[in-house]
Amino acid sequence: MNEHLLSMHDLTADDVSRILDTAESFREVGTRVIKKVPALRGRTVVNFFLENSTRTRISFELAAKRLSADVINFSSGGSSVAKGESLKDTALTLQAMGADAIVIRHSSSGSPLQLTRWVGAHVLNAGDGTHEHPTQALLDLYTMRERLGRLEGLRVAIVGDVLHSRVARSLSFGLVKTGADVTLVGPPTLIPPDAPAWGVHVSYDIDGVLPKLDVCYVLRVQRERQRLEFFPSVREYSRFFGLTAERVRLMPDEALIMHPGPMNRGVEIDSDVADLPTSVIEEQVTNGIAIRMALLYLLLGATKEDTS
Amino acid sequence: MSERLVFTGGRVIDPAAGEDAVRDVVVADGVLAGPGAAEGAERIDASGLVIAPGLVDLHTHLREPGDEHKETVATGTRAAAVGGYTAVAAMANTSPVADNAAVVQAVRDLATAAGLCDVFPVGAVTRGRSGELLADLGEMAAAGVRMFSDDGSSVPTARLLRNAMTYLRAFGDDLVIAEHAEDASLVEGGHMHEGMRSASLGLAGRPAEAEEIIVARDLALARATGCRLHLCHLSSARAVELVRRAKAEGVRVTAEVTPHHLTFTDEDLATYDANLKMNPPLRTAEDRAALLEGLVDGTIDVIATDHAPHAVEEKESEFDAAPPGTIGLETALPAVIAEVVGPGHASLARAIEAMSTAPARILGAADHGGPLEPGRPANLVVFDPDAERVVEAPFSSKARNSAFLGRRVRGSVVYTVLRGALVVAAGKPTR
Repeated sequence: MNEHLLSMHDLTADDVSRILDTAESFREVGTRVIKKVPALRGRTVVNFFLENSTRTRISFELAAKRLSADVINFSSGGSSVAKGESLKDTALTLQAMGADAIVIRHSSSGSPLQLTRWVGAHVLNAGDGTHEHPTQALLDLYTMRERLGRLEGLRVAIVGDVLHSRVARSLSFGLVKTGADVTLVGPPTLIPPDAPAWGVHVSYDIDGVLPKLDVCYVLRVQRERQRLEFFPSVREYSRFFGLTAERVRLMPDEALIMHPGPMNRGVEIDSDVADLPTSVIEEQVTNGIAIRMALLYLLLGATKEDTS
Repeated sequence: MSERLVFTGGRVIDPAAGEDAVRDVVVADGVLAGPGAAEGAERIDASGLVIAPGLVDLHTHLREPGDEHKETVATGTRAAAVGGYTAVAAMANTSPVADNAAVVQAVRDLATAAGLCDVFPVGAVTRGRSGELLADLGEMAAAGVRMFSDDGSSVPTARLLRNAMTYLRAFGDDLVIAEHAEDASLVEGGHMHEGMRSASLGLAGRPAEAEEIIVARDLALARATGCRLHLCHLSSARAVELVRRAKAEGVRVTAEVTPHHLTFTDEDLATYDANLKMNPPLRTAEDRAALLEGLVDGTIDVIATDHAPHAVEEKESEFDAAPPGTIGLETALPAVIAEVVGPGHASLARAIEAMSTAPARILGAADHGGPLEPGRPANLVVFDPDAERVVEAPFSSKARNSAFLGRRVRGSVVYTVLRGALVVAAGKPTR
């Protein structure tokens, strides 16, 4: 493991296995009556969220608390620049307060990497712009491995706005590293032209892809993309790329349906589809806590002196 | 100016005269003189050094008036002198914009007061660079402006650019419009070259076709109006090819490339280093190769810096919030020697032609660019072509946002002579 968790791009297949295996042992903690272990007692984790987020922030907060770390939530709408204080100065302030780990969510791609140049704390990327969201990808990999028993050889489609999706980037990199077979599906305007260089396939025909899948991973569609002329209307998007109840019948019976949330029911995914037994969207959320516990533990637990 | 100097034993490279020979260069009373004037002059040993006409930058942002926290005319011309420049063209995107004779004269006065380097203010094409109304083109031409540009963005509509090109006819045949070639609708919100690297880094792109579209449009208008067109900082292979074909057809077009586009590619952005963020963006290795080829075969006339100073805190913000641009005046010559001359792409004489003779001709800066003949103004750069160093801050510029920080370069300016006066000696400004 590296000193920070910045991207799936940085991780090796062995790193991924180690993180998923560690999460496996923390998963059990969440099923206890007293959901807490003392692993990070006395350590300080700062949730530094400069972009709106509910589930990722809460998940990191729970993960840190279940490891007995002290948790500080520092949120702000908009960028630090808009607020008047620079990202660097804010980061130095957090550093001066003794943060051992900084979990950063930011609307600017690359900002977690920039942070590592200024602070000594471990930096965890909780989503940066349209770059990466590695903890989401890891919890998705965990969920796939747990449900289907393996990652190697899995046939996974990632459907939707890949261009603007940090989840799609991280998940593509993670799946390719672990030997899965990835197909990106969506309107051509929302698939990066050079995406095949990631080692993935590209298709614009969801109906042709669905019968050969182990996992259909549906991305959230942002309505503002319509205004920006990426597709004509939400209605047309749903018709050609939405995971409807009718389309689900094209999938193998045991194939999983996943979504990083929050969902736009009726746009990229039908309400009935989201509630199918093969839809594991809530499990993804539960597994997210275990993954984030594993990452905090691996980055913080094994390093520096133990003063307890 | 009564000072008399003689540089002895230097290698004189003077592209305007086609000269490359070891000889003494005598300076007397601000002008170059014959060997007879050497007697009694201060002797400066120039053996091992190259003596060339002072460099001329067609593309400098001095930031004054308005953005003095980034650079001033005094600090920018100091950087220019240290970099071996005796003349720079100062871009019009100041605040207020240089779209009238008063601002142009104010910038000239500041440069005269600093006395380190001649400054040729560029006039805006459109009022306030807003792309809506023509700026006071005739008034500025009457005040001596030779080059007009809305640099930072293209003139937005073909109609407005055509009118500017047509209107300028009344004020001289040698006036030139310099265009920043990027289609605004394609680059809006973009931060780097659109390609494999931008897709992986999650940064919105500025595609190469944005440049091709404006270059093609502008060449068509230059052909139709007969106006001289200069294309700033070319970055893409296809744009170079468009210029090559237009030149073959006789269109009055010249083009420039920057040292950073000749050195770096979009692969270098993997660390989100905002000093490598500029418009147009660094492109692919193929584009870089085409730029070098264009420079060698003369399709690209000029190497210009696009010196774009920014404050430290501006560049230290998030990559997408950081302003585009790199400083370049103090690193241009050593970067070109290291990246272009050293690897054998072009001769040192070709590099000097592209950094002095050609830009002086395009700008109409008759005192600059050579030839180094008796009676001509003594504007010279004297440099060690072999001295290697790693670029580091601080600079003579107020700014330190250099794309070349940490990079090994070759060549070091020892003296800069402006109208006979040593404005730089031992690599340091003298005033």
